[in-house]
Amino acid sequence: MTDEGYQRKIMLKIRNLESGYGKLRVLKHISMHVNPGEIVTIIGANGAGKTTLLSTIAGLVQLMAGEIVFRGKEIRGVAPSKIPGLGCVMVPEGRQVFATMSVEENLILGAHVIQQQGKSVIQEMLEHQYRLFPILKERRSQLAGTLSGGEQQMLAMARALMSKPLLVMMDEPSTGLAPLIVREIFQVIERLRDEGNTVLLVEQNAKAALSIADRGYVLETGKVIVQGQAEELLANPDVQRAYLGREKMES
Amino acid sequence: MIWEKNKECMPREDLEQLQIERLQSTLYRVGTHVPFYRKKFNELKLEYDRISTLDDLRRLPFTTKQDLRDNYPYGLFAVPLREVVRVHSSSGTTGMATVVGYSRNDIKTWSNLVARILCSAGVTHDDVIQIAFGYGLFTGGFGLHYGAELLGASVIPISSGNTKRQIQIMQDFKTTALVCTPSYALKMADVMMETGVNPHGLSLRYGLFGAEPWSESMRREINERLGIRASDNYGLSEVMGPGVAGECQECNGLHINEDHFLVEVLDPETLEPVAPGEVGELVITTLTKEAFPVIRYRTRDLTRLLPEPCPCGRTFQRMHRIMGRSDDMLIIKGVNVFPTQIESILFEFEGTEPHYRLIVERENNEDKLTVMVEVVESLFFDAMKKQRALIDKIKKRMASELGIGVNIQLVEEKTLERFDGKGSRVIDKRQI
Repeated sequence: MTDEGYQRKIMLKIRNLESGYGKLRVLKHISMHVNPGEIVTIIGANGAGKTTLLSTIAGLVQLMAGEIVFRGKEIRGVAPSKIPGLGCVMVPEGRQVFATMSVEENLILGAHVIQQQGKSVIQEMLEHQYRLFPILKERRSQLAGTLSGGEQQMLAMARALMSKPLLVMMDEPSTGLAPLIVREIFQVIERLRDEGNTVLLVEQNAKAALSIADRGYVLETGKVIVQGQAEELLANPDVQRAYLGREKMES
Repeated sequence: MIWEKNKECMPREDLEQLQIERLQSTLYRVGTHVPFYRKKFNELKLEYDRISTLDDLRRLPFTTKQDLRDNYPYGLFAVPLREVVRVHSSSGTTGMATVVGYSRNDIKTWSNLVARILCSAGVTHDDVIQIAFGYGLFTGGFGLHYGAELLGASVIPISSGNTKRQIQIMQDFKTTALVCTPSYALKMADVMMETGVNPHGLSLRYGLFGAEPWSESMRREINERLGIRASDNYGLSEVMGPGVAGECQECNGLHINEDHFLVEVLDPETLEPVAPGEVGELVITTLTKEAFPVIRYRTRDLTRLLPEPCPCGRTFQRMHRIMGRSDDMLIIKGVNVFPTQIESILFEFEGTEPHYRLIVERENNEDKLTVMVEVVESLFFDAMKKQRALIDKIKKRMASELGIGVNIQLVEEKTLERFDGKGSRVIDKRQI
């Protein structure tokens, strides 16, 4: 019985979004949403527009048409630098940690949004990240550039979480990582959700993403071609053929 | 009880977002996978991937039963046959049969939506549910079966027919919920009376009836005679089967599973939307079907939407119980007459049985409607005077309700043919 449900309000709502670069329209008519407490994944091949979508939400790519509503507030026209302040942060692809700064300095930088809440809050958040990522505590004074790929990814995630975001957008966290490390990263993402965070996860590794996500959207040449519950997408023949590497059954 | 509170009670605004997303991916699926729709979209010069709002639905083409027949058997499937795990076929009561298919996900969705409906009718995992719908190509049996299993009820897959055995099993297995057509429920009540079984001595508590239109007075009669709480549910194989809509315990309209089906109520003549709350033809677009999605399927079923919020807490819109079929609609002397209207009038009268036949003829270029109705034995052997009085009363009532004169013919109990499944009570002899 699934009777324990509750009324929930959509956190991020995207309606008929179009965006791109210059005259090039990359995303066509995208509609999607993220509910509080969900992991929603956007999967698709290289060049499908996944990163463009996240960048559009983050205000880094120009919105050409449609609407993006975050917690009831239209995001169009909000300066990219102000969007994390609304509670929507992005963990960029390729980590992009500050290599010549220490792990802890990187983390404190991530807290700039909540700076006015005082040092004790920042300290509390720092401790929280160290509990979530014990390896970062070990390496707290090490330069970020000396961390392994997996550790850098964790640092990038922890840095984003320092601002107490309501929605964490992650762009290809598995890129360039060994399978074992990928598994670890995905376990952390699952844990984030279990602690009440909301995650929008862009991934090329469709199988890994769908196995932890609640729902997913499949992007192909700038369009959502299928969407649904993650387990439905895993069972969807088109998704299986195109993204999960299932062999064709024909002889 | 609410099976999926986070869906069935979701804010309307969130529901609308879900619907638009699902509509867009359904349009993508049919536009790329179903030649029939691709052709229709092309003909209309419709950029199906530019549909932005639910109001844009009105720009989309209709799908009719004839379209399904023209594409018999697999022409409208949106997935290759190897992805289809089940095939059903409509009963073909109104002509050539039509074929529908289900993917693995479709079967899961279907089971879940039927579980919702059973749950909202009051059935729980503690119930023993007797499914007296036909198992086979008809969607009724399997649809309810899978939903009831998902709910966790104890399922008796008895299928339809053999009424005496149905009653025997109902007694022996302590059935608490009965699933069948409403007319079959009444037939069971008849047979119980004949064989001396007291329905009130059974464990039966709930009845879930569907697959044919029925009336409020028929519900009262079923409730009284079987000592149960009868609820209505709605579905059709072309769209999915049972699970499209069902009553909650308020028994005041059927909640439509709007996260999976988009509904419109249109004037069957002009195909324009009727005013909110007015009667019209129900038109359904599936939002999640994989193997057999349909766009604006004309159900031919007449209903009206009940926009007021329901005290049960579900936010899904309700529709009135089916009020007839737009193609069953008889035009008699230029007046629209629905068999269900006549049925509910007949129920108002003491002494008449709920079994009737409508015969439409044309004499000297004039339409003539005759209602044959069964009356209780006592009345039949009574003085002619009493029969006359009854006929007059019914005639008067019909004239004021329908606006046309009707001939009434009283017949003895059990002279009219009974139906185990869907039955057609109309015989139209007019040759025009």
